[in-house]
Amino acid sequence: MSAAQESIGPAAWPEHAARGPASKRIIVGYGFWIFLLSDIIMFSAFFATYAVLSGETAGGPAGKDLFHLHTVAIETACLLLSSFTCGIASIGARAYNALMYYGNKALTALFGAGFLALEIREFASMVAQGAGPTRSAFLSAFFTLVGCHGLHVTLGLMWLLTMMAQVFAKGFRADILRRILCFALFWHTLDIIWVGIFTVVYLMGVAP
Amino acid sequence: MSGIEQRLHLHDSDTAPGDERADGREVAEGLLGYVVGLVLAAVLTAMAFFIAGTSLVWQPSIPIALFVLAIAQMGVHLVFFLHITTGPDNVNNVLALAFGVLIVFLLIVGSLWIMSHLNHNMIPMDQMMQMQR
Amino acid sequence: MLGKLTWAAIPFDQPIPLFAAGLVGFIIFCVLVYVTLKGWVPYLWREWITSVDHKRIGVMYVLLAGVMLLRGFTDAIMMRSQQALAFQSPGYLPPEHYDQIFSAHGTLMIFFVAMPFVIGLMNVVVPLQLGVRDVAFPTLNSVSFWLTATGALLINVSLVVGEFARTGWLAYPPLSELTYSPGVGVDYYLWSLQISGVGTLLTGVNFVTTILKIHAPGMTYMRMPMFCWTALASCLLIVAAFPILTATFAMLLLDRYLGFHFFTNEAGGNMMMFINLIWIWGHPEVYILVLPAFGVFSEVVSTFSGKPLFGYRSMVMATLAICILAFMVWLHHFFTMGAGADVNAVFGVATMIIAVPTGVKVFSWLFTMYGGRIVFATPMLWSIGFMVTFVLGGMTGVLLAVPPADFVVHNSLFLVAHFHNVIIGGVLFGAFAGYTYWFPKAFGFRLHEGLGKAAFWCWFIGFYLAFMPLYALGLMGMTRRMQHYDVPAWHPWLLVAALGAAVILAGIACQVAQLVVSVRRREEFRDVTGDPWNGRSLEWSTASPPPAFNFAVLPRIEQRDAYWAMKQRAWQQAEPGEPHYEDIELPRNSATGFICAFFATFMGFALIWHIWWLVAASFFGAFVTFVVFAWRDRTEDLIPADEVARIDRADRRARGAALAHMQSVP
Repeated sequence: MSAAQESIGPAAWPEHAARGPASKRIIVGYGFWIFLLSDIIMFSAFFATYAVLSGETAGGPAGKDLFHLHTVAIETACLLLSSFTCGIASIGARAYNALMYYGNKALTALFGAGFLALEIREFASMVAQGAGPTRSAFLSAFFTLVGCHGLHVTLGLMWLLTMMAQVFAKGFRADILRRILCFALFWHTLDIIWVGIFTVVYLMGVAP
Repeated sequence: MSGIEQRLHLHDSDTAPGDERADGREVAEGLLGYVVGLVLAAVLTAMAFFIAGTSLVWQPSIPIALFVLAIAQMGVHLVFFLHITTGPDNVNNVLALAFGVLIVFLLIVGSLWIMSHLNHNMIPMDQMMQMQR
Repeated sequence: MLGKLTWAAIPFDQPIPLFAAGLVGFIIFCVLVYVTLKGWVPYLWREWITSVDHKRIGVMYVLLAGVMLLRGFTDAIMMRSQQALAFQSPGYLPPEHYDQIFSAHGTLMIFFVAMPFVIGLMNVVVPLQLGVRDVAFPTLNSVSFWLTATGALLINVSLVVGEFARTGWLAYPPLSELTYSPGVGVDYYLWSLQISGVGTLLTGVNFVTTILKIHAPGMTYMRMPMFCWTALASCLLIVAAFPILTATFAMLLLDRYLGFHFFTNEAGGNMMMFINLIWIWGHPEVYILVLPAFGVFSEVVSTFSGKPLFGYRSMVMATLAICILAFMVWLHHFFTMGAGADVNAVFGVATMIIAVPTGVKVFSWLFTMYGGRIVFATPMLWSIGFMVTFVLGGMTGVLLAVPPADFVVHNSLFLVAHFHNVIIGGVLFGAFAGYTYWFPKAFGFRLHEGLGKAAFWCWFIGFYLAFMPLYALGLMGMTRRMQHYDVPAWHPWLLVAALGAAVILAGIACQVAQLVVSVRRREEFRDVTGDPWNGRSLEWSTASPPPAFNFAVLPRIEQRDAYWAMKQRAWQQAEPGEPHYEDIELPRNSATGFICAFFATFMGFALIWHIWWLVAASFFGAFVTFVVFAWRDRTEDLIPADEVARIDRADRRARGAALAHMQSVP
């Protein structure tokens, strides 16, 4: 479906008149982009809190004692690859290539789930060591910041699986393509936030 | 129509964030973009992990280097994965991003600045509680 | 099974809330029975509850704000009478009840009166002013409204089941932590604001997208009416500020529910961080409220002076400057907290700077009026009342921006007087101006002028009587939120303030009477032209009330004050021929918003009372609702061109007849 067909206004205006409402794809993409910016700002509040409280260990363990950089590296790789396959899946959707879409979306889900599994394991081992979120303000801030990102990944996975089912049921319809666009934006943004997390929380937490 | 009106009149050529630049672009070209993005991001990530664990560089520079690498990688993600560019069709998307980045900056830097001064001027809370006992 | 919820949650021992709740419940029950007996339920369901029409949603927002205004004002009357009585005596409200009342008053007035009121006006007006058929995401708009209503409902449930917070309207820790507030009051506060905050955020996203991406042809940014600009700035602030509120409340919730240590006294928590974060949201919030009100005044002053807005460009620049500066001044809410002289100085200076663009606006309105042929209709009275009152409130604000002066009056009634001065004088007067101004557009008939003017004068005089004494009391050292006091010098001032509240009550009574009288005599006040005030912007170019599709044919805009220009052309030229009508696609009604809010209500209630199975069930229900919504195949209804033509011809006939009548009567 072309942009002109989708637009709210009449299909064609005389050339001299400025264009009317934007196409639905642009409207939806822009709206979701604004929403993502608000999500980034929410994360920045958690980042600020983490930065303020990161020294408040209350005699408990600090980041140096808890973080394993090789786990973080694998998590990072998972997320980066899932971001990549998500992009490829978007191309597949635009090319109406079902195999390319499903294959890459499945890989995206797989890498995302792998990331989540590693994160849950990391959290569980920290809690088992007595370094749970109730131990100190530093750990509260850590679990909230990283956990909020993990929660977003979880919700993203739910969304992803629903979208795969929807493409299966309805095909590459215009409104579904718009949702695929939104999901891709969401997933890539989570990766950007993860860059902030592994830099500020893990690498700076371990660095001298 | 005055200058500012023309500059603000962004409707004529517009793209959604995340859109490929042209609708009929080849799949291969799209793929290439993502591959370049992936490689750049992977290199920057590897550098960050390397620098954090190494003793080869001057230690106080490490946090700054990590910051620079993180911001570079965020830029790579924005350009190659989210397709946010500086082109004329992307002005609205970039303006929104700039507003968001400004707020993030004010929020984080302002909070750190205010809280460091508060902590500097005030007795820490646990000591204050002990004094009251 | 029911978590913490037991029969003990219902305050059988406290007659006042129980009686109030019983009365409200009885009224709601009677309304429901009446509506059902009259057979209005299908109509309400079809035309209002499931409606995704921005005009309907806007009306529901304003209705919600009005009802909550009555509730919030009841709290105000109770506080004023308590303080009038409680000189060397306990008064009639016990402290724990009094504390709930001032907390509920602030929370309700900001989140469930001021916010829905300005958002409702935006909903009704912005798409009409842009010359388009709806907002960017109509169903999301309905979701936003119903989530806001959920928040309001939960707060009012706290009246009967359990209690409300006793922590003030921002619930500062450590008082709001579990150690010091073990009850469910703070949880009611937090969850209702989290849920309504999601609704507000979605509204912000929706309107930023609408204003930036959906225009009638030719409606460039610099041709947009001022109200659209201020709505845009306000929604940008919503998008940037509300996530911070969500994050902050989430951290307090984690402290309360899972024993985290963000803001506790123990284990390294830092309550100052809460106060820092909440004001990074809180300061932009006051501009979220007042900017749309500035937009209303711009429209009203320009219309009733018969002149284009003076200094449109500088108004736009001032609005955007406020939009940025609003994020640079938050520390002035906690100057006394110990950040030190240098930090305080920076934020004090920034606060003084933000007064500059506001001053630019005031001068623009004054110069718009200068040399104009001013019609003193009710909206104009509210605007002039605003200018006087708001300038006064702004000046006390600049006084408070000086850190040493702030140290003297911090947390005193001086501060209370100041923010009521700017919020009542700015936001509420603006909301009332907009309500009177756009009421004929929304319903097709005007409000009664005489009662409107009476309401204005009662509010205006009542405001000064109620709040000027508070300035004096603040300077005399009376702190805010006092349940009783022993200082004889304070007593007379508080009696005057109580009298002021009574005068405001008379104003509210006038407004209720105005609505009733206007509805009963609506044929007399009927607006057939769609343009009752000789307006300038596009909303007046369509019928009152507008058809579902707003404009039969999207207008083409060639300059600012688009409708004024069209009227000028119409006087000079012959009536243009009938336009070419086409089929119009409109978004279908959807129950998604209502069902979603239904689950959100249960989820919020279950979270407050720790009923975990219900939390999970409600979350699942909401998820299923969204999937069902996403699965539907028909998203739009088609209005055929014949139908559009029929509706539009009727409107054009009425307009033509009115025009001919106006020309025949010199």
